[in-house]
Amino acid sequence: MQRHRSSLALVAALAAVVGLGLLLAGCGGGGSDDNTLRWFIFNEPGGGPQQAARQCSQQSNGRYQIEFDFLPADADGQREQLVRRLGAEDSTIDIIGMDVIWTGEFANAGWIEEWTGQQADAVSQGVFDSVLETARYEGRLYAAPIWTNTQLLWYRSDRVDQPPETWDEMIEEGVRLEENGEGGRIQVQADRYEGLVVWANALIASAGTEILSGPEQIDLAEGPTEDALAIMGRIARSPAAAPDISTSDEDSGRLAFQDGGSAFMVNYPFVHPSAKEEAPNVFKNMDAAPYPRVEAGRQSAPPLGGINLAVSSFSDNKELAFEAIECLIQPENQIAIAEAGGLPPVLEELYDRPVIEEIYPGFVEILREAIETAVPRPSQSPAYQDLSLAIQRSLHPPADIDPEDPAPTYDRLRDYVQQAVDVEGLL
Amino acid sequence: MEASAEPVARTRAASDRTRSERRLGWMLCAPAVIAMLLVTAYPITYAFVLSMQDIDLRFPGEGGFVGLDNYVTVLTSSLWWEDLFNTAFITAVTVSIEFVLGFAIALVMYRAIFARGVVRVSVLIPYGIITVVAAFSWFYAFDPESGFVNNLPLVDAEKAWFGDRWSAFTVIILAEVWKTTPFIALLLLAGLTTIDEGLYEAAKVDGANAVQRFFRITLPLMKPAIVVALLFRTLDAFRVFDTVFIMTGGGQQTESLSILGYNQLISRLNLGLGSAVSVLIFLLVLTIAFMFVRFLGASVPGREREAR
Repeated sequence: MQRHRSSLALVAALAAVVGLGLLLAGCGGGGSDDNTLRWFIFNEPGGGPQQAARQCSQQSNGRYQIEFDFLPADADGQREQLVRRLGAEDSTIDIIGMDVIWTGEFANAGWIEEWTGQQADAVSQGVFDSVLETARYEGRLYAAPIWTNTQLLWYRSDRVDQPPETWDEMIEEGVRLEENGEGGRIQVQADRYEGLVVWANALIASAGTEILSGPEQIDLAEGPTEDALAIMGRIARSPAAAPDISTSDEDSGRLAFQDGGSAFMVNYPFVHPSAKEEAPNVFKNMDAAPYPRVEAGRQSAPPLGGINLAVSSFSDNKELAFEAIECLIQPENQIAIAEAGGLPPVLEELYDRPVIEEIYPGFVEILREAIETAVPRPSQSPAYQDLSLAIQRSLHPPADIDPEDPAPTYDRLRDYVQQAVDVEGLL
Repeated sequence: MEASAEPVARTRAASDRTRSERRLGWMLCAPAVIAMLLVTAYPITYAFVLSMQDIDLRFPGEGGFVGLDNYVTVLTSSLWWEDLFNTAFITAVTVSIEFVLGFAIALVMYRAIFARGVVRVSVLIPYGIITVVAAFSWFYAFDPESGFVNNLPLVDAEKAWFGDRWSAFTVIILAEVWKTTPFIALLLLAGLTTIDEGLYEAAKVDGANAVQRFFRITLPLMKPAIVVALLFRTLDAFRVFDTVFIMTGGGQQTESLSILGYNQLISRLNLGLGSAVSVLIFLLVLTIAFMFVRFLGASVPGREREAR
């Protein structure tokens, strides 16, 4: 009898412990209370988004209070955390700071809300067409752009009289400078990561074709694509290539350019204030030019980055979240974000304001034109991540591309992209 | 009668006690068994179930049961075999180097005459560092732009260590060896301390030299410790992820199986394919463990009692 009672007690105690554990686990996933809106976004170092959130919370007169949940600094890390929560229908997320490439994936999975009617008009009016395209999926609007980004050609005005117009001119100049011992290296982003996709997409679009023509239609016209691939191989194999080209990213390129051994770099505008602060001698002769062309007669298609804001489909406060986003993307907030962190606004009219000239001294026009002509990565694909992995696998390292015969790489790229579009096989 | 009844009663009393002891034993380990079932058996079974399905978090509501299709896809992909080679290569090279180095360090630690404590602690420091942190340290040390390695004499200042397959493997293996040799050294040191000093004395008296003493006494008596150290480290090395992920992200054909699984599961959210990769890695690890136990006679807890 005694023993029976003690074993019963043990079972009861065990059940209690397990039950408590489940209960606690259940509590962790609870929704946000009443009027708090949780904004999941990476911690932008300039602090502009925080300013905007404070401003909007105040203006709402207590109807909502925006709070931050910070995500990792790199886009892959941000996505990893978000998709896990969204896949589990987590109601803690109200507002999502989305990289421009996630729209198709998130919208197709039913994770983000469509923007309709007046609200859709309000957040898309005056926004660059190229930027707005990144917020659409199957012709519908799923996010409100808050800031954008694009790459320019940064060059040493003391080493070349005129910035090169095409990639081939740039390689020629770079090689000449290297041979004279004047430092003619070219900095690109070609590590096996999203940056390589950014570069490849810009080259392919500049050559006059595109990776996808619809969510599941591959374009990749052979001639232009091979021209683009040949350029990647030519740079990687030329004496003007950075020695670490196959592991290069935005930051390694910036640092190398600041060291003075490089004459050219394609990169985002953040490199400008950074050089001013860290390498004044290089900065004196650092100038911006339009993104290089693939062929002389065709305008280039620079890369497009940035953040769009979306409302989570699992939020308990969707109406308030839409309202808050409308406030967050107001022109004053876009300017505040540009001032604080150098992130370009998405409203075209703002580029006429003097304050923008102060933020991007001497290259506002180049920047505006770059955003206008930029071509987004194929974010309309619901399997964009597969596409990105496929492109990385087929084009890395770029030195493996034979510039004289890019056809094998082209076949490889096409096969991999097909596999990604079909969401099949290992990637 | 009287005489025979006594032992029977005693046996019954003894078996009663054994039974109740056994019951107590079960009850005492029940919480652990239940916890293990909850945290390991359930996820492992669930991974098996997922690996038989065409399931992708990004396409909710699509797919269904596909049997072994995912396994066919994985095993017919050249990526799987390339990554299997990479993983086996990293495992074989790191474990071999670590074993030799670890043995030497264990002997030094054992024979250290002065500052014993300091020697042991300082040898263990690398093992105490988080793998990701260690990987970043090595990555930055070998970074051509900011690292110090390229400024050393005899090293090409422009060498891009992570730009080429074999030089990238070299750094990955160096970092792994640096990080986990202390682990092997520690296990071997434990083995060394179990050897009776008297055996060495006797061998010396019989005229055995140091080399003979090492091969005839130290090695055979340390076999259990050696096998356990090699087993643990092999299983560990086979799942290598952090170092490769930080240094090359799998580029330059240095991708390990864990990174392949990570790409399918975490990045693509293709739970079916990803689970198939995970289950295959699990089976490989299981095979390695089995072979160690079977052919090298790693002692499993409880085995020696059965043998007796």
